[in-house]
Amino acid sequence: MKRIVLSLFAAVSLLSAAAFAADNIATLRPHTPLAENGTPAPMAKPVNSDLRQVRNYPEQPPLIPHTIEGYQIDKNSNKCLTCHSRTAVEVSQAPMVSITHFMNRENQFLASVTPRRYFCNQCHVPQTDAKPLVENGFIDVDAVIDYVKSKEGTK
Amino acid sequence: MSGITRRDVIKAQAIAAAAAAAGIAVPASAQNLITDANLTDLKWSKAPCRFCGTGCSIMVATKAGRVVATHGDAEAEVNRGLNCVKGYFLSKIMYGKDRLTTPLLRKKNGKFDKNGDFEPVSWDEAFDIMAEKWKATLKAKGPKAVGMFGSGQWTVWEGYAASKLMKAGFRSNNIDPNARHCMASAVVGFIRTFGIDEPMGCYDDFEHADAFVLWGSNMAEMHPILWTRIADRRLSHPHVKVAVLSTYTHRSFDLADIPGVFTPQTDLIIANYIANHIISTGAVNQDFVSQHVNFRKGAQDIGYGLRPDNPLEMAAANAGSGDSEPMTLEEFAEFVKPFTLEFAAEKSGVPKETLKQIAELYADPKVKVMSLWTMGVNQHTRGVWMNNLLYNIHLLTGKIAEPGNSPFSLTGQPSACGTAREVGTFAHRLPADLVVTNPAHRETAETIWKLPTGTVPDWVGAHAVLQNRKLRDGEINVYWVQVNNNMQAAPNMMEEGLPGYRNPDNFIVVSDAYPTVTAEAADLVLPTAMWVEKEGAYGNAERRTQFWHQLVEAPEGAKSDLWQLVEFSKRFTTDEVWPAEILDANPDYKGKTLYQVLYENGNVNAFPNEQRAEGYGNHEAEDFGFYIQKGLFEEYATFGRGHGHDLGAFDTYHEVRGLRWPVVDGKETKWRYNGKFDPYVRNGAPFDFYGKPDGKAVVFALPYEPPAESPDDEFPFWLSTGRVLEHWHSGSMTQRVPELYKAVPDAVCFMHPDDAEALGLRRGVEVRIKSRRGEIISRVETRGRNRPPKGLVFVPWFDARQLINKVTLDATDPLSKQTDFKKCAVRIEAV
Repeated sequence: MKRIVLSLFAAVSLLSAAAFAADNIATLRPHTPLAENGTPAPMAKPVNSDLRQVRNYPEQPPLIPHTIEGYQIDKNSNKCLTCHSRTAVEVSQAPMVSITHFMNRENQFLASVTPRRYFCNQCHVPQTDAKPLVENGFIDVDAVIDYVKSKEGTK
Repeated sequence: MSGITRRDVIKAQAIAAAAAAAGIAVPASAQNLITDANLTDLKWSKAPCRFCGTGCSIMVATKAGRVVATHGDAEAEVNRGLNCVKGYFLSKIMYGKDRLTTPLLRKKNGKFDKNGDFEPVSWDEAFDIMAEKWKATLKAKGPKAVGMFGSGQWTVWEGYAASKLMKAGFRSNNIDPNARHCMASAVVGFIRTFGIDEPMGCYDDFEHADAFVLWGSNMAEMHPILWTRIADRRLSHPHVKVAVLSTYTHRSFDLADIPGVFTPQTDLIIANYIANHIISTGAVNQDFVSQHVNFRKGAQDIGYGLRPDNPLEMAAANAGSGDSEPMTLEEFAEFVKPFTLEFAAEKSGVPKETLKQIAELYADPKVKVMSLWTMGVNQHTRGVWMNNLLYNIHLLTGKIAEPGNSPFSLTGQPSACGTAREVGTFAHRLPADLVVTNPAHRETAETIWKLPTGTVPDWVGAHAVLQNRKLRDGEINVYWVQVNNNMQAAPNMMEEGLPGYRNPDNFIVVSDAYPTVTAEAADLVLPTAMWVEKEGAYGNAERRTQFWHQLVEAPEGAKSDLWQLVEFSKRFTTDEVWPAEILDANPDYKGKTLYQVLYENGNVNAFPNEQRAEGYGNHEAEDFGFYIQKGLFEEYATFGRGHGHDLGAFDTYHEVRGLRWPVVDGKETKWRYNGKFDPYVRNGAPFDFYGKPDGKAVVFALPYEPPAESPDDEFPFWLSTGRVLEHWHSGSMTQRVPELYKAVPDAVCFMHPDDAEALGLRRGVEVRIKSRRGEIISRVETRGRNRPPKGLVFVPWFDARQLINKVTLDATDPLSKQTDFKKCAVRIEAV
């Protein structure tokens, strides 16, 4: 089965070799020869829609759907928790920090968010409106399960 | 009320957005809960993270041949369930849609042509042209014209196989890793002070220290998971202090009790001031120093590792000299006396009160101090000296090699320690700290490798920067680059790197998973399996060796670096590459392929495929017919076992979350040189720096010397380069993950708002960043995470569209040959 899956997904993930009959192959540097300098893209605008995005998998830290420009997150203050702390969400209607964030290195729950998770933006990042240079062929587990189911049905 | 209205609005917007995004993989409508275990079960396996030197352990979920999820490994001591944002997106790094799946060769009219376009070719054709070029070069010019540039991202066995192929097969020591750009100064620092490479302490120090001092490091972004351990310690224990020294303000300052921004290069002065403070306030640990420390005065005026005809080299009295002579503590005290608090404050720009607070952390015997550094100290024309000076401080106070007292050199790549340093893939090294210039060491290698005496050459090969110079000069003519993006990473691209690769006399091969900038500069590109598409081993910054299994198959056509190296060796016979005198004296080796003498030598092929763990593929072992990773590992481990570099049993590493060497009787070692923890300490001594014959570490007297290039009227700004949290190194993996790309899509030129205003520049405008060597175009950023002082700009190097190394200077530390990517002079102009 594994092999079949690979060939199915190959259609998604493989680039036609013929597309490479060129000199300028560095996908992340399109159109500009190595010795030259292109015009940099205009600064991308922060996404500030407040629309939550689907996670690629449950373990993925949610992306921040709003701007955090000017947020103070230092040893004196953590602006994020003014909306996302356990006691703030009723007023803010923001998602509460995950319960994993209350656990220390020994997996014991603390009375409040663990200091090891203090700097939110080490894992949670906002997005800009930049358009990715390369598509990513990661396949969501639900699609993989659908595929497995369809194969089992044809057994 | 307003909250509810807002939510209604958001919900409506979300439905609209989901409708607009029709065609994406994830349906927006709720799915029925699937409960069938056959469907929902995921296969979870461990693997170390693919990115930095921290060495977090990752749990990887696979289903139907795909990686479908990853998360931090709760069982791993390093990260205890955490990842940084890059680590959380590891699931997606292999699935960029431009994965290479066929070799690409520059061709015109059906034949190889240096000026041709890339065309797909078979692996056979790729190896044919490679072998032809290698053989012609070896015949015409000998082994010194052959070169290889590898990586601290090679797995342990890949680096080992490459080292064997180059040093014993092609008999060329022109092999160096990109770790030269990041860790070489740390290595020479260790060897000079202790006689053995790598830290004596470990990450357990984080939970024991009372103070942390960052020297030019931005751990909050570059070592985020270690930063969580510091944040945990600092915020849970109010007595703990964090000092952060840097040439600009960055995210690590957010946790700093004692922040200090210093003028570039004056870290040498600050470190000497602290030594002076310790001595002048009577804080020297006399017992420790008298028993465990020697004092030496180092050679001065040692140059800048530039080309020999550079005026700076010609003016240097002792260019490249690492010589030193013995001195006494009293003489050392005299040497550091001029480094007063006033002098240090004046030269560094850091207030006296701040400097004194940091000095006191070290001087106070009750405070356990961990010093941490990476590229700020190592990418420095006096990087070895800075490493030595930091050890001075810890040795004078005896704050070393015990829990919480720890001078800790961090690493930037996942196996800079495990592969580049421990395997010894540098131009002068062999495994386990042996060197090619020592006849006894060469003999050890030849014996373990079952090769004739004299096979391993005695000359020091070309290091990273010298390789690019030799390519440009046409002295290295065939060149193989694996697991790195050196066109983007190496300094002075326009004068050295690019002309070197495009030199018509040279044939350049680049192995990579993706078409990088370096691939574009090559003549032949080989599609490469990455990370969990192969079985691997990495060694992190705390001497922890970690293994992983092949968890998914690589895209059809892509092969691991190991497979490529070993397969290529089949194309050569000893008669083609070894001199007649070796073969005449050892006729048994005549007519054998390099594959036979290097890998079918009774060691590497000693373990049958039956010994592999069930349930995991292994494309190399399947092709070669034996458990090649185990064979390479076991042969390699022979070098270090019984010599202070002991590695554990191969199979154990597949079970545990890594072990810190030396692993003696199955037990790892947390603090080396300390009699309570390290079985190598002799005669029950409390401490024994056994890398030195007399068991004593060395305090070095080393002064301030200026950088190779400083701002002037024509080029008035310092340029510092570095990384950002969301991207790793040149961005070839992370820029292909949409979430990471959209977090930080482009490099920018961070500068002080007053500097921008003085130049009439607003945030976001295009600017030319120009040095004596090259220029790029970027955009001004006056806000955000990095806040340079006036007169300094910071530009990250992850962006393939803004190749900042067109601008940087290829000045190196003359001892370590590591480039100073943090200091050169530039001009900023509106475009």
